[in-house]
Amino acid sequence: MLIGIDLGSRTVKLAAVRDGILTDFQLSESGFDPHHQALAMLARYQPRRIIATGYGRHLAHKHFADQVITEIKAHALGARHSFPECRTILDVGGQDSKVISLDAAGRVVNFQMNDKCAAGTGRFLEIMAGSLGYGLAEFGEAPFNSYREVEINSMCTVFAESEVISLKNHGSAPADIARAIHLSVVNRLVNMLNRLGMGDSLVFTGGVARNRFMVAALAEKLGMEVLVPEHPDLTGALGAALHAGTLD
Amino acid sequence: MSSANFEIKAYPEMWEELGMDVPRFEKARLMLGEAYSKTYLSQTNRPAKMAYFDEMISEIHGGRVKELLAAKAAGHPVVGTFCVYIPEEIVIAAGGVCVGLCGGSQGSVPDAEKILPRNICPMVKSAFGFKAGRICPYFQAVDFVYGETTCDAKKKTWEILDRLVPTYVMEIPQMKRERDRVLWLAEVKDFQAKVEEVAGKSIFEADLAQAIRVMNEKRRALQRLTGLRGANPAPISGKDALLIEQIAFYDEPVRFAAQVNELCDELAERVAKGEGVSEITAPRVLISGTPMALPNWKVHNLVETAGAVVVGEESCIGTRYFKDLIDENLPGMEAQLGALTDRYMKIDCSCFTPNDERIDQIAKEYRAAKAQGIIHYSLQFCHTYNIEEIKVRELCERENIPYLSIESDYSPEDVGQLQTRIEAFLEQIRG
Ligand code: SF4
Ligand code: SF4
Repeated sequence: MLIGIDLGSRTVKLAAVRDGILTDFQLSESGFDPHHQALAMLARYQPRRIIATGYGRHLAHKHFADQVITEIKAHALGARHSFPECRTILDVGGQDSKVISLDAAGRVVNFQMNDKCAAGTGRFLEIMAGSLGYGLAEFGEAPFNSYREVEINSMCTVFAESEVISLKNHGSAPADIARAIHLSVVNRLVNMLNRLGMGDSLVFTGGVARNRFMVAALAEKLGMEVLVPEHPDLTGALGAALHAGTLD
Repeated sequence: MSSANFEIKAYPEMWEELGMDVPRFEKARLMLGEAYSKTYLSQTNRPAKMAYFDEMISEIHGGRVKELLAAKAAGHPVVGTFCVYIPEEIVIAAGGVCVGLCGGSQGSVPDAEKILPRNICPMVKSAFGFKAGRICPYFQAVDFVYGETTCDAKKKTWEILDRLVPTYVMEIPQMKRERDRVLWLAEVKDFQAKVEEVAGKSIFEADLAQAIRVMNEKRRALQRLTGLRGANPAPISGKDALLIEQIAFYDEPVRFAAQVNELCDELAERVAKGEGVSEITAPRVLISGTPMALPNWKVHNLVETAGAVVVGEESCIGTRYFKDLIDENLPGMEAQLGALTDRYMKIDCSCFTPNDERIDQIAKEYRAAKAQGIIHYSLQFCHTYNIEEIKVRELCERENIPYLSIESDYSPEDVGQLQTRIEAFLEQIRG
């Protein structure tokens, strides 16, 4: 059995693979001590090889992982596993977002990552959901019930939050504000995608790909199919596990 | 030298005399010493001849400063500089000394931000902060600072810096037509007059001829070093080469050239034996962009820690400083100054428009260094390099060169993200 483990900024994800097939997975909060968190998750397996990826990959390498690969490569491998033809990947995780372009053979030819702030990441959406009093799952459904257009202009978390408050105070419906927030993130992501240029479909990975409205709004704005793997937040861990298999 | 016993030597009495903020500087000294040990002395397989350059860092706040003060006491002008457009030959011809002032540290940025706006180039802020905070002995020792009208951040900062230290500003045109050359030559002559005034003596043909030879010799030594880095495996790390290019701006030029040549002899032996600092499979990267002023080793350190080797710097602290020489055999001051002006006009800084020579130069250096990818490095808020980056990107697309663009400042907050981007870029090169 081969294990890929993705030590992200917010969560640790683990994928176990046998014969190229995902056989088991886990997901948990990173907490204060992601390294021990990861060890606890690993305890029940006897893997032949462990590959780490994500923000904490080097820490994992120091303590238990056999090798590391970057999130970029891991997502490329993971996304290709679900969609063997894919050429463009958008990954939106807790603290960063990235766009990855692949060639026909699946090799990374170019990538972009967001700037060093929270704008356009899962964290941004989470904070905005909180300030509207939504849970994360509800937040992604709310915009479907929006019937009036309002706008959020700022991508800075602090300023956007004060825009949200002022819209609330002016009597805008939470669903309308939620929609505006989603669209502002979508615009930002589309800009990033356009910088790299893309083919005719997009694979969307990371925790934010579970948000139904994000997926719908991206597809509409891009005018193309947006494909989401079965476990979008597991893509990196899965990619790392698949990479483990190429090392024999 | 092992990292255990390395330290930057302290000269508290001299610093006191120079009017520095000694307690603060003492802290900066310790931090620099630590950063240097961690970044440099931990490398394996370093050429033995790097010992001289380690010593230059160890004496950066003392030995070299003493030499400057001695030159000054003997009546020789000491000029602080920030830009490769300084006609150093003229200063040397007058018996003077040029010293590049540091601008590569986060430590002095808060001092600058008390006065300057925050959203400007970190190099300008850092340099200004060294003076404002009185935490650089070189700044305290110079007769005057040489500034130029290259980018907006610099030329407007000179006005404010002039309040703290006399700042002489030379006009550098923004285009390279014949009429710009005429202006430039006139500016070179004004600068000559300024230096002569400070030196209290005139410069003659023989002085200038000698100075041209000195600078050519120094530039040739650096060219030779660059050439040797084209070997695979690379005989020297990019970090060490960058350090030498940084020291080039404050060391005594004749001694420096001799030391670089000795190092090159050692490197040539390594190359002949097929030895190097890295595996033959280590990805080879060319860095192109804004200057990396001492002690800015951020990108080189990330790239080499990730297992690659930097094989060239297309930068002012890099080839832009030494790729062009001046004809040594011209008779008469007029011809010499003309050749000097032409040489400086060849510098392909992005402050010029158009500046397509730089794009060709990057392609040339990429091939010569046998690099496998280019990282464009631009300091934050540097508009000219950040915009010219578009053309570098296009070059790489055209020639199928793996390419990564980084915009960063001196703060450590983006190191995690940069590390990921650089590692992913290396994965891309390794295929
Ligand atoms: S980038 Fe341009 S302005 Fe800056 S030091 Fe180099 S030549 Fe001077
Ligand atoms: S890096 Fe750019 S902004 Fe900074 S001093 Fe040089 S030209 Fe000016």
